[in-house]
Amino acid sequence: MNKIWLVIQREFLSRVQKKSFLIATIVIPLIFPAIIGILVYVSKQSEKGASKKVIHYVDESKIFTPDTAKYSFKEFHGSLSDAKTAFDNSKDFGLLYIPAIELSKPKGITLYTESSPGFDDLGNIEQLLANQIKDLKMRKLNIDQKMLDSLKTSVTIETITGKGAEQKASNTGLLAGLGMTCGILMYMFIFIYGAQIMQGVIEEKSSKVIEVIVSSVKPFQLMMGKVLGLASVGILQFSIWMILMFTLTVVVLGSLGIDPPQQQVIQQMGGEAAIQQAASNSDFINGLNEARDLPWFYIISIFLFYFLGGYLIYGALFAAVGSAVDSPAEAQQFMFPITIPLLISYMSLFLFVLKDHDSAVSVWLSIIPFTSPIAMMGRIGFGVPLWQLALSMILLIGGFIFTIWVAGRVYRVGILMHGSKVNYKVLAKWFMQRG
Amino acid sequence: MEALVVRGVTKQYTNHTALDKVDITVPEKSIFGLLGPNGAGKTTLIRIINQIINADSGSITLFGKPLNADHVGVIGYLPEERGLYKKMKVGDQLIYFAQLKGLSRSEAIAKIKIWVEKFEIKDWLNKKVEDLSKGMAQKVQFISTVMHEPRLIILDEPFSGFDPVNAQLITQEILDLKKKGCTIIFSTHRMETVEDLCDDIALINKSQKILEGTKKQVKDQYKTNTFLVEHRGPFSLDGSSYELVSQHDLEEGLLKSTIKMNGTAKPNDLIGELIRRTEVSSFQEKIPSMSEIFISLVKGESHE
Repeated sequence: MNKIWLVIQREFLSRVQKKSFLIATIVIPLIFPAIIGILVYVSKQSEKGASKKVIHYVDESKIFTPDTAKYSFKEFHGSLSDAKTAFDNSKDFGLLYIPAIELSKPKGITLYTESSPGFDDLGNIEQLLANQIKDLKMRKLNIDQKMLDSLKTSVTIETITGKGAEQKASNTGLLAGLGMTCGILMYMFIFIYGAQIMQGVIEEKSSKVIEVIVSSVKPFQLMMGKVLGLASVGILQFSIWMILMFTLTVVVLGSLGIDPPQQQVIQQMGGEAAIQQAASNSDFINGLNEARDLPWFYIISIFLFYFLGGYLIYGALFAAVGSAVDSPAEAQQFMFPITIPLLISYMSLFLFVLKDHDSAVSVWLSIIPFTSPIAMMGRIGFGVPLWQLALSMILLIGGFIFTIWVAGRVYRVGILMHGSKVNYKVLAKWFMQRG
Repeated sequence: MEALVVRGVTKQYTNHTALDKVDITVPEKSIFGLLGPNGAGKTTLIRIINQIINADSGSITLFGKPLNADHVGVIGYLPEERGLYKKMKVGDQLIYFAQLKGLSRSEAIAKIKIWVEKFEIKDWLNKKVEDLSKGMAQKVQFISTVMHEPRLIILDEPFSGFDPVNAQLITQEILDLKKKGCTIIFSTHRMETVEDLCDDIALINKSQKILEGTKKQVKDQYKTNTFLVEHRGPFSLDGSSYELVSQHDLEEGLLKSTIKMNGTAKPNDLIGELIRRTEVSSFQEKIPSMSEIFISLVKGESHE
């Protein structure tokens, strides 16, 4: 036991003391917000800076009223062919041709452009025309705007989960987001740290320090020490990230109050739009409040449990693969069976779990040890029945004891083999071999 | 007392037997040569002694006690496939290895201090292994093998990869350690090392021990009663007691003859015979070298 502890210490310190660990731990939580910030900033700037696209139009139906919010329109009085010539000589964006049309069946409206217009532009113009034609039709039918507005109803369904006294409000979108974030995080953690174990094992083999070490430590102790040492690095990194992100969120929200640009937008826009915006804004604040009210301690505890369990299962397998090969390139051939269940659980997270967290597929994915770490994280926010959680956890513990036992048997033989050609048959032979 | 007693150790793998009922006895405070061609089973035996793998059957006794987990700290093992953590500092690495052998941190630091001063490598302690030259790394490796003062030191091909200067240094250290009471097992197929250093040897071939004893016993066992004589003037031998195997010219009128003695005759009888026939300038028994014994035994086995 004492020796496992020594190995854990070495593995932990040798990684935590590296500069790359420090950088990754501090920079990664800042990188994502920073990238989003930069993208938003750049798109805002380019919107501001760009002049509106100019569209010429020929309106033979006399129905079109230019709306200058997004484009600047130039009416051309004359025939279409003259308009085309004029447009060809200009450097403007497009020429919109509205022939004489029936309002019920608008046909033949054409947009001439030099190069194919983007989705957005085409959609915007179609929307513009559709609205104007709709207004004309309403006028024809003697429906006025007020009547129409009074017909509009906004429906928001509030969801209450639980029975009896335990009822509480829930926010499905928020919970799905949480499930997705936790699931992706779990996938990344298992993969990154699992791969690190494998690298560590290959390094010990290729630097040939391994036989010196196993003359003092049992191979199983060395493997466990390695796996646990890296797990502690992972938990440390995760904790630092959580603390950093939490502090950052509190600081940012605290200093900004409500996002100031949105307030300006509300003032600029009148009427309905402002009301909508205000509603969505309060959604945002509600969301924040609900996020704050989530059982974070419970969720983080469950995350850590499944991280440890999932990581131990996969980490042991990664260690076994590392022991069998002499270089990372050779490891590729054995990575497949390890990555497949991970990928399946990752894809199922999006295909099944987040779509319907209570479906049979989702439930079983969150119970089977190899997929449960990721699938369970997708479900956890929605509330998981205790028996499912208990069964999943027990199976996970059983699962990692089993994989560690299997991996240990391969590992103890593999680490002492150099330059031998290894395939699955050889691995099976190692597994069966007596001490 | 015996440092190591191996009795009937067998190790079987799926397709072959690595060790077949091997018995070996290593006397205390001696240098023991474990010889054998590649793949004979030497490394398997050494790994079993180091408890890296387990024997299928047989017993191993170390300094009077059956092999157990506490023996890890008693043995210092330098494997043939050896290395150090490249990214780790020399000092940290030595402390780690010593701790794995059961030393406390402070004991380890004290021992390391003695050794680095002895090898004049104090400045390296804060260097990473990847920044050391190969010779430097070899010294560090050797320190890591012996710093916890093991009573039994097992060196598997210790000089492979060592430059002559370091090899000399290590040889001297090994002799000093023996003087201090350590028992040393060499596993090697370098016969000059065996001739120079070993007191006892065992030869393993094809999973079986085929020879064991002190160096003198072994050589006596493989003497062929052959003598080398340098003399002036040719001669010939008749009769069945002596057989002239070869005779050829050396420089300045000297000749060299190889004579094999049959039956119960004594060397003095042969000298008597020779004096009557020629002028003897030197007379010497031909003692087989370890290398010759090794080759004849291993080859003989493989011809069976």
